[in-house]
Amino acid sequence: MWKRTGMLLLVALFLASCAPTAPSQPTAPQPAEEQPRYGGELVFAVDAEPPSLDAHRETTFAVIIPLAPFYSTLLKFDQNNYPKVVGDLAESWSVSSDGLVYEFKLRDGVKFHDGTPLTSRDVVATYNKIIFPPQGVISARKALYAAVESIEAPDTRTVRFKLKYPSASMLANFASGWNWIYKAEIVEKDPRWYEKNVLGTGAFKFVEYVPGSHVLGRKNEDYFIKGRPYLDGFRAVFMTDRSAMVAALRSGQALINFRSVTPQERDDLVRALGNQVVVEESPWICSQMVVLNNEKPPFNDPRVRRALTLAIDRWGGSQYLSQFTFLKHVGALMRPGGPFAMPESELEKLPGFWRDINKSREEARRLLREAGVPEGFAFVLKNRNIEPYPSLGVFLIDQWRQIGLRVEHQLLETGPWTQDLRTGNFEAMLYFNCDFMDDPDLQLLSFISPERSPVNYARYRDPVLDDLYDRQSRELDPEKRKQLVWQFERRAVGEMAYQLPTLWWNRIVVRWAKVKGWRITPSHYINQDLVDVWIAQ
Amino acid sequence: MQRYLISRLLMTIPTLFGVAVITFILLRLIPGDIVMLRYGTGALVSEDVLRAERARYGLDKPLHEQFVNWLWGLVRGDLGLSMWTGKPVAYEVAIRLELTLQLAIMATIIAVTLAIPLGTLAAVKQNTWVDYAVRVFSIAGLAMPSFWLGILMILLLLIFFRWSPPVVFTPFWKDPLANLTQLIWPALAVGYRYSAVSTRMMRSALLEVLREDYIRTARAKGLVEYLVIIRHGVRNALLPVVTVIGLEFAFLIGGLVVTEQVFNLNGLGKLIVEAISRRDYTMTQALIMLSAAVFVFVNFLLDLCYMWLDPRIRYR
Repeated sequence: MWKRTGMLLLVALFLASCAPTAPSQPTAPQPAEEQPRYGGELVFAVDAEPPSLDAHRETTFAVIIPLAPFYSTLLKFDQNNYPKVVGDLAESWSVSSDGLVYEFKLRDGVKFHDGTPLTSRDVVATYNKIIFPPQGVISARKALYAAVESIEAPDTRTVRFKLKYPSASMLANFASGWNWIYKAEIVEKDPRWYEKNVLGTGAFKFVEYVPGSHVLGRKNEDYFIKGRPYLDGFRAVFMTDRSAMVAALRSGQALINFRSVTPQERDDLVRALGNQVVVEESPWICSQMVVLNNEKPPFNDPRVRRALTLAIDRWGGSQYLSQFTFLKHVGALMRPGGPFAMPESELEKLPGFWRDINKSREEARRLLREAGVPEGFAFVLKNRNIEPYPSLGVFLIDQWRQIGLRVEHQLLETGPWTQDLRTGNFEAMLYFNCDFMDDPDLQLLSFISPERSPVNYARYRDPVLDDLYDRQSRELDPEKRKQLVWQFERRAVGEMAYQLPTLWWNRIVVRWAKVKGWRITPSHYINQDLVDVWIAQ
Repeated sequence: MQRYLISRLLMTIPTLFGVAVITFILLRLIPGDIVMLRYGTGALVSEDVLRAERARYGLDKPLHEQFVNWLWGLVRGDLGLSMWTGKPVAYEVAIRLELTLQLAIMATIIAVTLAIPLGTLAAVKQNTWVDYAVRVFSIAGLAMPSFWLGILMILLLLIFFRWSPPVVFTPFWKDPLANLTQLIWPALAVGYRYSAVSTRMMRSALLEVLREDYIRTARAKGLVEYLVIIRHGVRNALLPVVTVIGLEFAFLIGGLVVTEQVFNLNGLGKLIVEAISRRDYTMTQALIMLSAAVFVFVNFLLDLCYMWLDPRIRYR
């Protein structure tokens, strides 16, 4: 018995070690003409748990991914053609020529899961809760709708938003995956009801939520799109341990993790399952940046901040770090490959993005001399203790060491890290930002003055940036808006280097090939309604 | 006897009160609170909103007031609401208790089934190959953390059978096969480690007992060897083993953090760690109190067990 067990262990370890180290990635897209099949339960892994069930107040994907299939939104992003916006509950819409009135015509015959019909009153109540929340009710993204003056329901199928000033990103904001439409009667009676309960108009009806375990949904036979959804139901299983999650994916106990897996997990799964799985990758609307406390010397000197950004070899770092973390893409403040991304030829002119790192570091040393710290100086980099933060922290410290800076790496648990970030108890800190769409209003928000932005942790005020932000936000011509955004980036990242962008994340989704009808998008906060998803076998 | 039992029960009150005070203070010393964790970075909300949210949780009240409120709830049997989910703590505990208890019982059965015969065999066959084999087996069990053994089990199942245990708990009364298919693996991983401690304790206790005068007397009066071992040896050697088994059982209620994570089990151990990392004060306090109460209760049961095992023991 002993011998046999020992042999078994040795064989297992041998087999594991003999597996190929560089797996090829099957990326075969599904044939367009494939006939969707009805039935089956989709089991998927979710690597965190929702704090509450109300998407309007929460900010974690752990709310969106397991619960979005129960709800509908006014508009949504087209998964096959991101960032194109298509209707969800809205059948059609129009925007006035001055950009101040948005009118939506709702689909007819939409029902909540309790059988009551959806009307424009429900949409108005929902958006009132998001934009003008009652006292004591948190709305996490209220700030994005600051341009909205009022919301009206002229008839049961029409919703009208009136704006104080034109907003270039307003239409896309109505496609936010967070803005689930709730029932007016409930919201008006108890705006916190949705924190613990589920009632929507989505493709799936809520069956149960067992905290710590799973969320269960079954097909909504009365869904407003005839013939959808294809699945009989779904089960979102919470798996906070990554090895358990990978084992479940490997054995087929779970068929997909919609958020992302790491490069190593991708390689493990591909190595074990070959063409039984499909890998999809996309630059992710998530980026990691160094927040410098501009109130603390020497970080109040733009020459020092520029020296810090010039010392970082982002192009080289992308190659190393992308092998074992989410970090991969080089970009400034807008997602590389996204509609507002600065072309690489322009990006390479920004300090810190030069291709010649030796020249860049030489310039950094010169700036330090000019700033009166020729021998460099010492500071503490406070960092979060979960990946990819520590890996990036180690990389940055090594980069800064090469221009003579002595950096102490202090890893903190999320609680103290958040507290120090908000209270300014730091010199330099690693921070991240994830958004549901490529939009300068979102991605540039942490760079405008703290009086206007609750997320400017670098603690500086720059009226030039504030003005540029407002101008780009109200500019309805996409090309002109892009120019304003780039101007903003040149000042925030190049000239003033208030905060230092490092690398953008790469989203990697490995799914069993039999899971069809789902495509990766640059955000894990959208495209989770499971309306088009089906299982082939 | 009755007086002794009552005094033992009364003694639990200051013990549990001490645990409550220490837990309450230590939790408040950890930097960051639940509001900061939930809305500190992702949400575009101001400090005013965060302050209002803190007030909603009662975190704006003086510490002594928070403590008295919580303690008063505890006395009335009200564990409060989880700050994270807003659901009653009792409900959150209840949905996980069945799994945790079943796993603890299964692991204990495996441990006892292995430990008592193996420990007895090793003691009776002292310094033979049987003894050496049992010692190697038990030392290996002590050396290998149960979560590591669990990872190895899952890896082997994946490699050889392309299968891993189910990831969602099915109660035994609903589907015994599905239930055992999921829980047998962690029970084996935990039970093996647990048995290793007990095996070694059984062996050394029995060796000591077998040298006692009454064993020599039993043998001298011509009692069959197996009766000497079972009736006079094992029963008397069980006292320290029962203590170890009892304390290990108490530890399993809430102590299997990593093993629960490896097997994706929705148990109390995982809940404690999550509650601490989320700064869910009400949940953490309740779980630590529960864990302390289990330890106190198990110790009380052990005292009763001693009397049954050794009739010479009488409490006054």
